[in-house]
Amino acid sequence: MKEKKEKGLSIGTRRVIAYITLIVITFFCLFWFYVLFINATRSHAELAKGFTPFPSNKLVKNWVGVIHGTLPLVNGLINSAVVATLSGLLGIYFSTMTAYALHAYDFKGRKAIFTYILMIMMIPSQVTALGFYQLVLNMKLENSFIPLIIPSIAAPVTFYYMKQYMESNLPLSLVEAARIDGSGEFNTYNKVVLPLMKPALAVQMIFAFVGSWNNYFIPALILHEDKKKTLPILIAQLRSADFLKFDMGQVYVMIAFSILPVIVVYIFLSRFIVGGVAAGGVKG
Amino acid sequence: MKQHKSKVVSYNKWGYIFLAPFAITYIIFSLIPLITTVYNSFFENYRSGLTQIGPNFVGLGNFATLLSNGDLAMYFSNTMIMWVMGFIPQILLSLLLGAWFSDPQLRLKCAGFFKSVIYLPNLIMASAFAMLFFTLFSDTGPINSILISLGIGQFKFMTHVWSVRALVAFMNLLMWFGNTTILLMAGMLGIDTALFEAAQVDGATSTQVFFKITLPLLRPILIYVMITSLVGGLQMFDVPQILTNGSGDPMRSSMTLIMYLNKHLFSKNYGLAGALSVLLFFITGILSLIVFKVTNTKVE
Repeated sequence: MKEKKEKGLSIGTRRVIAYITLIVITFFCLFWFYVLFINATRSHAELAKGFTPFPSNKLVKNWVGVIHGTLPLVNGLINSAVVATLSGLLGIYFSTMTAYALHAYDFKGRKAIFTYILMIMMIPSQVTALGFYQLVLNMKLENSFIPLIIPSIAAPVTFYYMKQYMESNLPLSLVEAARIDGSGEFNTYNKVVLPLMKPALAVQMIFAFVGSWNNYFIPALILHEDKKKTLPILIAQLRSADFLKFDMGQVYVMIAFSILPVIVVYIFLSRFIVGGVAAGGVKG
Repeated sequence: MKQHKSKVVSYNKWGYIFLAPFAITYIIFSLIPLITTVYNSFFENYRSGLTQIGPNFVGLGNFATLLSNGDLAMYFSNTMIMWVMGFIPQILLSLLLGAWFSDPQLRLKCAGFFKSVIYLPNLIMASAFAMLFFTLFSDTGPINSILISLGIGQFKFMTHVWSVRALVAFMNLLMWFGNTTILLMAGMLGIDTALFEAAQVDGATSTQVFFKITLPLLRPILIYVMITSLVGGLQMFDVPQILTNGSGDPMRSSMTLIMYLNKHLFSKNYGLAGALSVLLFFITGILSLIVFKVTNTKVE
């Protein structure tokens, strides 16, 4: 629709429109985090007086209050990092292996398996949550990270992305060449295929990590011990506590604490993530 | 690792070997839970105070219970309303931004910076983001403080049906449009530039190029984006759950299907939770099929 209006406009005008739109969008993406970090530096009394766009000097005081508070946030951060890293790594390694199995080998039932995985890709994990929860109870894995990590080996979305990527970026002649050089199939996968998949692996690692890091529904069903809880569960607890009785400065510090590590890592990796997607990408 | 001499046959067995970890994990952690979930849906099994009722076989009784009261339809429409409110602006914005970022004529400066910024909200933990919005938009929060200082006056965001829904949709939009933009842009960059050059030589405007070349060639990726977003929309949980503290208020107007499921899971009503899961399974299946049919895709 917007494009229609620009019909025949000069490059210069179109560029100006693009920049203005992008700046507005940037504002809407960052404003919330700006307010969050500003408010994390202000005391409860200062916050009660209303919003100002400038930081105060109560950050350390708020932080100390949080550390001595009731929610085990540092513990939660470590738990989240462990679960997200391990499930991300397992997910990309084995789901790429699955994509490779269907890409490079012509075995019986290959087409049927591909269609089947495409179909299960659309089924939300919450639909099987009841059975999953009962399974976890039967395996005595309540309050364990195993049911949050191991199932990510079968990641249909990663599989699909990798399969698409292989179709345009992994010529089978390379696999043939590796065979002629005497490379075993497993070795070929690890030493030839995986390095070629690096941009896609990085992108999917990030998606898988984020998916697990953000995951609230399933961990909330399984983790009940305070020591085992991941960050999203602690945030939910913060919300369900009697919110108005909290020190608001501390509330902002807790939210900032749970998203800051990701923002810091992202500042260093963002170019790589976006570049990786753009360079490799899903080709139409 | 020793190689067998009979090439074709011995190579292809590796297909099964490489498939095995995925298949075994899937069967244990997804297929068996799916089957037991369906099994549960046929049994009356819940707690009433301190007494455990069931499990007793009730056939389709749980489904009848679910469908006979209006809650399910209400939660379904809540979920779809909030998804559509987020998805339509998302796909339009993403197409526009994707077209700009991949336009070789436009040569936007700082494109890398803008792409990084729009992807950022996707990495933010949904529950923390919802908690942040709850704090910012609370009656005494900074947004209301700004509204009052602008002379607009206080607006109680959490007590109006459409403001809560709009907040949920807006958060979903913010969290997902960067991801969609990057996916679409990658697809647009994958299009053979010779096509664009040829169109330019023929005097096509950028609008014509977008609608006649870019969009048709993007169809596979658009389908992918739409399907994943739809499934994501049906799974909508974290944001409304945290924003409304699980109540779906006002008047359960922002209660989603998964929040409803979560309620039954926590109150240990396994019969109704199972029946609801089975219904969700079918709704997901039907909606996916509709998307496939409408977009007339050919899944290879």
